[in-house]
Amino acid sequence: MFAFLANPARFMAFSAWAAPILFAGALILFAVGVPWALFYSPPDYQMGDTVRIMYVHVPAAWWSMGAYAFMAGASFVGLVWRHVLADVAARAAAPVGAVFAAVCLITGSLWGAPTWGTWWEWDGRMTSMLVLFITYLGYIALWSSIEDEERAARLAAILCLVGAINLPIVKFSVDWWSTLHQPASIMRSGGAAINGEMLGPLLTLGGAYLLLFGALTLMNMRAAIFRRRVESAELRKAHA
Amino acid sequence: MNARGPFQDKQSIRVEALSLSRGQRILFENLSFAAASGDYVEVLGSNGSGKTSLLRAMAGLLRPSGGEIAIEGADEPSLALHYVAHANGLKRETSVREHLHYWAGLFGGSPSEDFVAQMLDLARVMALPVRVLSQGQARRLALARLVVAPRPIWLLDEPGAALDDAGKAVLNELIAAHRANGGIVVAAVHEPLGPSPSQTIRVSR
Amino acid sequence: MNALVATFRRELAMLWAGGGALTPLGYFFGATMLVPLAMGPDRALLETAGPPLVWIAAALSVLAMLERLFQADLEDGSLDQMLLSPAPLEGLVLAKGAALWVAIGLPLALAGAPVAIALQAPVERIPLIVASLALGTAAFVSVGLIGAALTASVKRGGVLLALIVLPLFAPPIIFGASVASGEDVSAAFAILGGCALGGLALGPIAAAAALRLQAE
Repeated sequence: MFAFLANPARFMAFSAWAAPILFAGALILFAVGVPWALFYSPPDYQMGDTVRIMYVHVPAAWWSMGAYAFMAGASFVGLVWRHVLADVAARAAAPVGAVFAAVCLITGSLWGAPTWGTWWEWDGRMTSMLVLFITYLGYIALWSSIEDEERAARLAAILCLVGAINLPIVKFSVDWWSTLHQPASIMRSGGAAINGEMLGPLLTLGGAYLLLFGALTLMNMRAAIFRRRVESAELRKAHA
Repeated sequence: MNARGPFQDKQSIRVEALSLSRGQRILFENLSFAAASGDYVEVLGSNGSGKTSLLRAMAGLLRPSGGEIAIEGADEPSLALHYVAHANGLKRETSVREHLHYWAGLFGGSPSEDFVAQMLDLARVMALPVRVLSQGQARRLALARLVVAPRPIWLLDEPGAALDDAGKAVLNELIAAHRANGGIVVAAVHEPLGPSPSQTIRVSR
Repeated sequence: MNALVATFRRELAMLWAGGGALTPLGYFFGATMLVPLAMGPDRALLETAGPPLVWIAAALSVLAMLERLFQADLEDGSLDQMLLSPAPLEGLVLAKGAALWVAIGLPLALAGAPVAIALQAPVERIPLIVASLALGTAAFVSVGLIGAALTASVKRGGVLLALIVLPLFAPPIIFGASVASGEDVSAAFAILGGCALGGLALGPIAAAAALRLQAE
């Protein structure tokens, strides 16, 4: 699959179909999942209807981490095999992952207010997600502050891989730290026991987020490749 | 030439079908030439034509977009060459003497203070920081690296820049001695340096 | 080996000539002076908040020294010469980091003692604070190398450098501030040492890879 798509021309032909299909798939899953989650799934016996924030929050958390893992993989391929398409893919995924992380933080805060009685809790998960969000911002900022695209891609790839090593260490550190500072009675965001009736809409929306991530990343990649083509065409004109 | 050992007649540098680009801009394509012991190669070309990039690629600092650069006959590839760039590679607050000692450590050589003082006319400024040197003196100090650590291949980017006539004469002497010792000199220049080149390369698209 | 020693000595000499630890120490003192001014001189409050704030000030002082670390070498052509040395670039980067730690990190750690006393830390904890700062600044410098190398070609890249490096500072801050506050000291100290070692292993490799790209 990867070897096949490694050719930019073939990638453009493939993504011209794949992006809209993924997008449509995401819309369908949202159309099914949102009403399911909001109206047809049971309220939590403790949290009541506020548990429904979970259906927005948890998939955002999953795929903000998933997006980073994808970027780390693409960065590795870009660094080792110097493949342009891998660079483009890593860069294209970053804003999507960053937005997912932001959504996760915001919904987590909204969820925290009624359940924990506070808008922000320095618990292990939220703190790690905040570090992930800042890591995304650093990655995007580094990309955009280096003019030479190829150099920017390689440097950002190094940063992405360093971040991929750092993030699990941060997660471990923050967990260690929050057990030191917090009474165990505080409830964690995923602490609600998930019963079967909640799992259905959650997985549906998880799938919707994934397809949305795929569609947006492909569209970003297409935009980047188009921009590159325009630039090189103008460069040829200037030198002709 | 006490500071440098003679190089046997075995080094050669071969550039084959080399293509270089910066960003999306192609500098040149399909450039080939070879140089052997005793050769002096002059690289000519207009500004921005890729002279500097060619030298950087030969120094291993820049990855070519195509083709090959092969250095043959060097016992130890990491000791094959010197590159004197546009930027002199000097620290403003560090003295001339400290530079020589640093390079001796960095490249594995001897500071050769006396030789540098006499040959490159830096005796009076040996203890002074680089910021008080004239441009010509700074350039001569950069050239001192060639003497501090002997290397068979010299890649020189505009070596005569900022040098006065006396400085240029010293440079030509260094080049002649290096060739006599079996070394190779590749220089990117705006106008011919003086010594008659064994070949001239023109870079352009 | 000579190349590493020569690099270390030259770097140290340049750092000393440039005022040595004077500027970062002044910054460190100034930043920590603001703490009681902002919080009020309440002893009990300072006792808990003081040691962590000493750590944050130390982290920021190291951060402030990183911006020019490789940028100057890239601009004046020294980086090319480092790349042409027979010694591995990773080693030269490590030597530069070591010089920075000796010139800046160690003095900051020692200065942690009077600052911690001024912020009402218990006197018997001072040696622990100094020792943890010595390890912590080593961790900060070694991961800081990565940020400095990644932003070497960015003009006025100080803020970007901070944005990149601060998430990498999170683990050593967590364990270091724990040691300084006297919480779960032995475990935190061991993990802080792990952070420093991990940084020492990863920092020079990642920084050297970035510098090779910067030189292209």
